[in-house]
Amino acid sequence: MSEQAADRKPLLELQKVSKSFGGLNVIDDLDIHVNEHEIVSVIGPNGAGKTTLFNLITGVYRPDGGDILLDGQSLIGLRPHKITERGVARTFQTLRLFLNMTVKENVMAAQYVRTKATIVEQSLQLPRARREEREMNAFAEEKLGFFGERLMGYRWNQPAYSLSYANRRRLEIARATATRPRILLLDEPAAGMNPVETHEITELIGKLREEGGFTILLIEHDMHVVEGISDRVVALDHGVKIAEGSFDAVATDPRVVEAYLGASATKTK
Amino acid sequence: MSTNPPSPSDPASGPQIGADEWVRRSGERNTGPGGVVGFLQRVADRTPHILLLVAFLGFACAIPFLTTNVYVVGVATDTMLYVLLAVGLNVAVGWAGMLDLGYVIFYGFAAYLFAELSSAHYGIHWATWQSVPLVIAATIGLGFLLSLPSLRLSGDYFAIVMLFFLQIFNNFTANGYTWDWFGLGHPHDITGGPTGITNIDPWRLFGHALNPNKPQDYLWIASAGVFVIVILLASVNKSRTGRAWRALREDPLAANLMGMPVKWLGLLAIAVGAGVAGFAGTVNASYYQGVFPDAFTLQLLILIYAMVILGGAGSLGGVIFGAVAINVLLEVLTTPNHARWVFYAAVLLGLLAKVRPWKVLAAVLAGLVGFGLAMHAIAAAISARWVDGPIAVGPTAFSTHGFFATLIRHWVVLPKGTYEVSNYKPGNYAFVIVIAMVLTCTVLKGWKRYVLLVPTIWLGAFVWETDLVNQAATTRYLLVGALLITLMATRPNGLFGQQRVEIV
Repeated sequence: MSEQAADRKPLLELQKVSKSFGGLNVIDDLDIHVNEHEIVSVIGPNGAGKTTLFNLITGVYRPDGGDILLDGQSLIGLRPHKITERGVARTFQTLRLFLNMTVKENVMAAQYVRTKATIVEQSLQLPRARREEREMNAFAEEKLGFFGERLMGYRWNQPAYSLSYANRRRLEIARATATRPRILLLDEPAAGMNPVETHEITELIGKLREEGGFTILLIEHDMHVVEGISDRVVALDHGVKIAEGSFDAVATDPRVVEAYLGASATKTK
Repeated sequence: MSTNPPSPSDPASGPQIGADEWVRRSGERNTGPGGVVGFLQRVADRTPHILLLVAFLGFACAIPFLTTNVYVVGVATDTMLYVLLAVGLNVAVGWAGMLDLGYVIFYGFAAYLFAELSSAHYGIHWATWQSVPLVIAATIGLGFLLSLPSLRLSGDYFAIVMLFFLQIFNNFTANGYTWDWFGLGHPHDITGGPTGITNIDPWRLFGHALNPNKPQDYLWIASAGVFVIVILLASVNKSRTGRAWRALREDPLAANLMGMPVKWLGLLAIAVGAGVAGFAGTVNASYYQGVFPDAFTLQLLILIYAMVILGGAGSLGGVIFGAVAINVLLEVLTTPNHARWVFYAAVLLGLLAKVRPWKVLAAVLAGLVGFGLAMHAIAAAISARWVDGPIAVGPTAFSTHGFFATLIRHWVVLPKGTYEVSNYKPGNYAFVIVIAMVLTCTVLKGWKRYVLLVPTIWLGAFVWETDLVNQAATTRYLLVGALLITLMATRPNGLFGQQRVEIV
């Protein structure tokens, strides 16, 4: 898969991207590319700049330098919802669901960018507004159905805050996929999950690529998840890429081990 | 929710994580308010909302046929204007979560613009079917314009800027007539200054002028407006824009990252609310036959906010209820004898609702009766003059007889000459003491609080009877304020607002 993917043109490409906050270089001259249909994992110790990377791609922050290209077109300077419209969707490390909206509404709200009915058409319930509403409903049910029984049936009309932690993580993924993205940025999807759920989420990410057709950029601390699904792993430390390659290669790279465990660990090893 | 929900997950099909009974039921545990309001809300939820709306407006429109009292019809018309205003404010505040403190500008702007287009001020007399759509469109435009700061500012900062705009508007309408707008060397009077613009043309529909001296015409126009606007807004609320507004209220950053243009949605919410206020403004100008600068001030804004918050921001039915409840209550309270009922009922209901268990409640009530009788007996023993006052209401003292009046006269101490102008006012001193006692009550815990509660309530009744009941103009706001505080303490999301959960 990875060799096939490597032949393709990169879907997402970061060229010498930098970002600093008050003199602290959080991301420094970073080059990352993600090919179509690829699953790339970003690993690194806390504070390595992983979430900042996501915030740069999705337009929350504007990079100080460099360029971010989606399918050859620059995303720099676009507002977040425009970037989502181009086909980038993300989940959040600290869950940010619309807690007081129902499960289904959460997913339907994310289709705003793919619908067109104006407020006048909605207020008068004109044909386009009604048709889009039906389509959004069906699409939301389809997306929630992706998770098997987890988010089905009676759960549709429950507020999102009533969901368990693991189901909230699933709902965030469903909401992100409902924007019809080309690339999905998952920020620690297995954080806070127990081993069974972690296993399940690993399979789910694979399924998202195989059945959903998404390209996936993943931040994850759980090495079981990273090992299980990554085509390629990128290791960051202090905003600098310190290793890139297959999981085995990166995991045994002395600089990665040093970043995680400190310099003495590499010596004793 | 059906009584027999689908089984969460077949145990054979996999692990049961995140699918247990407790989680499944959490929605039921959290959303349903209890008590009378909860019951009403469940009834309202089961009835189609359009039926409730039709029933409410049908009743309102039938009021002119049920009574010949012009005052009552006038109150109904005012109330319907407040319903319009509350529904409009709810769009920005309840749905999109924008703190729109400039809302009254749109109401005033529309009223003034309608007045300019339909009065002798500029000698323009446009037909209603021309001026009303134009005014509404212009008000929507102003809504977009004034909400532009929200592109750069958020939350409290935006609210302060809107409040600033409101002050500019007030200043402009009151003092604008002295300003030299065009550099002509003499002032140009746009707004009519402190006296406003009067003699505004009535609404004229299909060749029939709506006579402002017969409020029912304007009641019906306002009701028709409420009907159309509520249906249109309810449709928007359940469509993509309504969902996006709610998402914006919940989490602007997440909404933006999920593809929603949050800045545009915020402008849109304020502009839509402005459009509703614009319609209400045109009705207001014609109905009162005049526009005046002091009609569109911060006080009105606070009143509309109180309606929205009491009813439950975000719930259309709730804010309609809030508008009706507050305006009718304020009107009822202008008559001291009615206000008296509201006061004692509120005190009793408050005790019933808040004092538990029932043995303590019984003790407090018995203590109240006993304390009052004892104080009365002591006062009577010192001097007959101390308990000789009439139970007076309004400009003229009247009936000291009647069951209720007799009860009060034998429980509260009413000194002779209480109501005479420039008389010694024991009520004023007692008022200060009551406030101190109420504050002490909030600090005390356990039985001490209940013990202090008895003299506090009795002294409160004394202040009420000797002083406040006769000053309806200020007392009614005091009472409504106290009711609002009590209600919001027990029901922070308003009477019909959905309980909201914020979990980080």
